[in-house]
Amino acid sequence: MKLTDADRAMLDGQEGKARQKAMELLVRYAEALGAEGFVDTNNVAGVPGSYSPLLLNYYQATAENAYDIVYSRFDLDSDEVVQVPRVNVHSCHLQGGIDPENWQTLGAKPESLQMSLDSENAAAGHGIRILKTCTPYLAGNIPVPGEHCAWMESSAVVYCNSVLGARTNTEGRESTSAAMLTGRIPDWGFHRDEFRHASHHIRVEVPVADLMDWGMLGYFVGAAVGERIPVLTGRFGAPELVHHKHFGAAAASSGGVEMYHLVGVTPEAPTLQAALGPNSRPEIIPYGAEQRRRTYEELNSRASDRAVDYVMLGCPHAALEQIEEICRLLAGRKIHPDCQLWIFTSRAVRAVADARGHTRIIRESGGALITDTCSAIAQAIPPGTRVVALDSAKQTHYLPAIMGIQAWFGSTRDCIEAALTGRWNGVLR
Amino acid sequence: MSSGTITLHGRRVVGGSAEGEALVTHETISGWGGVNPMSGTIIETRHELRGQSFKDRILVFPGAKGSSGWSAVFHMTRLTGTSPRAMLFNEMTTKIALGAVVMRVPSLTDFDRDPLSVIETGDWVRVDADRGVVEVTKAAARQAS
Repeated sequence: MKLTDADRAMLDGQEGKARQKAMELLVRYAEALGAEGFVDTNNVAGVPGSYSPLLLNYYQATAENAYDIVYSRFDLDSDEVVQVPRVNVHSCHLQGGIDPENWQTLGAKPESLQMSLDSENAAAGHGIRILKTCTPYLAGNIPVPGEHCAWMESSAVVYCNSVLGARTNTEGRESTSAAMLTGRIPDWGFHRDEFRHASHHIRVEVPVADLMDWGMLGYFVGAAVGERIPVLTGRFGAPELVHHKHFGAAAASSGGVEMYHLVGVTPEAPTLQAALGPNSRPEIIPYGAEQRRRTYEELNSRASDRAVDYVMLGCPHAALEQIEEICRLLAGRKIHPDCQLWIFTSRAVRAVADARGHTRIIRESGGALITDTCSAIAQAIPPGTRVVALDSAKQTHYLPAIMGIQAWFGSTRDCIEAALTGRWNGVLR
Repeated sequence: MSSGTITLHGRRVVGGSAEGEALVTHETISGWGGVNPMSGTIIETRHELRGQSFKDRILVFPGAKGSSGWSAVFHMTRLTGTSPRAMLFNEMTTKIALGAVVMRVPSLTDFDRDPLSVIETGDWVRVDADRGVVEVTKAAARQAS
């Protein structure tokens, strides 16, 4: 491997034990990848030092020493516990823990809330920005084109590469925590020009316009290309931010898509040829009415009971315009007594929603606007939930498997109707 | 498929050696949301291995997909004692590289023959990741001996 003098100094321990352990992990990781060296990164998004009762118990840690112990042993995979210094690059904490305002709604115990707050305070005290969201790009961390990042969260990664033209692999907890201390990440994959070209061509033969359409298309594309990079041509209009958010999140769930190109839309795809680069013209995969219908049926294969007792929105975390739309659709009506409505977003977006009265409108309808987490991450659903309705293909992919419940997928309007009536009447329009 | 012992060569991802019974899938595996790290069981709704555990098996699969929590979930399997004994896979990604490193199990990729076309569930597999060698004894041959 090509290590710089600064890399070697860290490995030799000249920058302290924690940076030595972080660099050792990064070298093991780079060797596993087959990378030849590292790039500098000054934009890292992860879940540093966060812990659960299981981790605390396993490491015999207490609230006082948990950050150092968990960061050393789990995040840096070090057998030795080291004192963890402040981060020295721009670092943020993604989703996790418990919303301190809605913890009772989530069914959390006071001691769980305290653990979440202790973990958060320790991270904040080490210079980590507590964004607590899967959408850092909606909460003040918007990379510039070409910027080398080290991000976790597959839906944020695909947005970072595809929409913003910045560069990150799908990093994990351990690599991001190591990068926060070293400012280094393996020079592999999406950091390199040659890796960013498309290998699969999807031709969109039906109009794709709204959020539900983009989610279904993403779910189809992920299943069709797996971990490869698709380029799309055809009948899609100019997608809005939330369309990219749902498309990318879905493609990263049914498959492992970390970057996509939309010809004429995304920054590295002015033309089909530019997106493909030196790759030869691949076989065309059509997305027509038949593929669209089958994707809808696949997403709705996880439910049979039309009595809906839970509606979950905000996966990935809701943007302000989605919260506005939900308020419009609720139109002052009360949600059904046998149904719960939880909407998840970032603290940054909720601060604006609070100021603009959206949070109150949702509360008055009987719903809750919740931050920091989601039902899948927190494994928290209303007690007795059997059937959930979702407007996110990503959440439809995960939540039934994690919680053992049925899930319907449809538009945001279908979901709000289900919340108001307690019945699923969604259809493919 | 022929019986007897078959040898494959690959590139070391994580060193070490192990042997055990193969658990083979032709589908990629999600970590977070796809695996229960308390039992090493695949939980993804539509996965062909749903309900099966890779604990103490040699896991043979195309690669990783899904959430960036892949490494952390497989890392947890080391803590709970439910890790596979080794991993053989085709598609290199950051998820699987980091997951293999922190799980600390012998792992190989970049094979001279596709392990998915050679190895079947139930075959006995010896992995020497330092030398980059995999020896496969077919289940049929095991039963005959």
